[in-house]
Amino acid sequence: MRPIATTRSAAGIPTGLLAVWWVLASEIVIFGGLLGSYVMYRLAHDAWAAQAEATNTWIGAFNTFVLLTSSLTAVLAHQAAEHGDGKLAAKRLYYTCIGAATFIVVKAFEWTTEIQHGMTISSNTFWSFYYTAAGLHALHVIAGAILMLFVAADAAKGRELHRVELIGIYWHFVDIVWIFLFPLLYIAK
Amino acid sequence: MADHAAPAEVHHHVNYVRIWQILLALLVVSVLGPMIGIKIVTLITAFGIAVVKAYLVAKNFMHLNVQPRYVVYILGTALVFMLLFYAGTAGDVMKHAGDNWHKVYVEPSATEAAPHH
Repeated sequence: MRPIATTRSAAGIPTGLLAVWWVLASEIVIFGGLLGSYVMYRLAHDAWAAQAEATNTWIGAFNTFVLLTSSLTAVLAHQAAEHGDGKLAAKRLYYTCIGAATFIVVKAFEWTTEIQHGMTISSNTFWSFYYTAAGLHALHVIAGAILMLFVAADAAKGRELHRVELIGIYWHFVDIVWIFLFPLLYIAK
Repeated sequence: MADHAAPAEVHHHVNYVRIWQILLALLVVSVLGPMIGIKIVTLITAFGIAVVKAYLVAKNFMHLNVQPRYVVYILGTALVFMLLFYAGTAGDVMKHAGDNWHKVYVEPSATEAAPHH
């Protein structure tokens, strides 16, 4: 028997879905504060343009492509879940996880190269922001992928299919955060 | 899944692959646009397109347009708080001097501060 809290709908939408929106509202404040701070400092310090020259636009663009594509597979998983096809939903969620893994591997290579060239989190304020913002985002990617594996395992057995939408919404938010991080860190030079 | 029946009827017509193709086309423009080297073009192609991409993802992938209105208000309130934070602190951060104070912080170069190998 499922707990009442997961089945009631006093707010007009399932409780889990409402909870996800609240989580995202708090995430907006977290990432918004971080990116807002970055924009303030970036506008006040012209020297940051020279620092940003060291970031690799093509790597950032490739990772944007990876996240956009993983968002597509996440929403297609939701579509399959709505049609009651748990196996297909799980398969598409696994594709999304592959996208997450690709993103993290590329980021690991990127950071390794930058650190080897002396650009570390303590080099200056630009790189502090760079590693903090991209690092916090990467943690969200990792957390989302781990949760997605659990949701996919259940979905493959036809259980808790509504969770496919919930993890998908979270994943699209992670995608949106990167959509703003990409021009801020890789294009504004 | 019964709870989701109504939204599903609304957004199952969305062609997700087409939206993804548009997002990729916008990504290409946002990378190539700044290469022209004109500041206003960079701002529009990089940040303007980022806003459009975020809108497309929120509307078509997150289905924000079929959620109850108060969900948009919840997210909008968070955005307003972010803007309040920005407005409240930007003056101190972006100005280099004010009444009885001036900033002595000097941004070091990456190579100066980097550890030696």
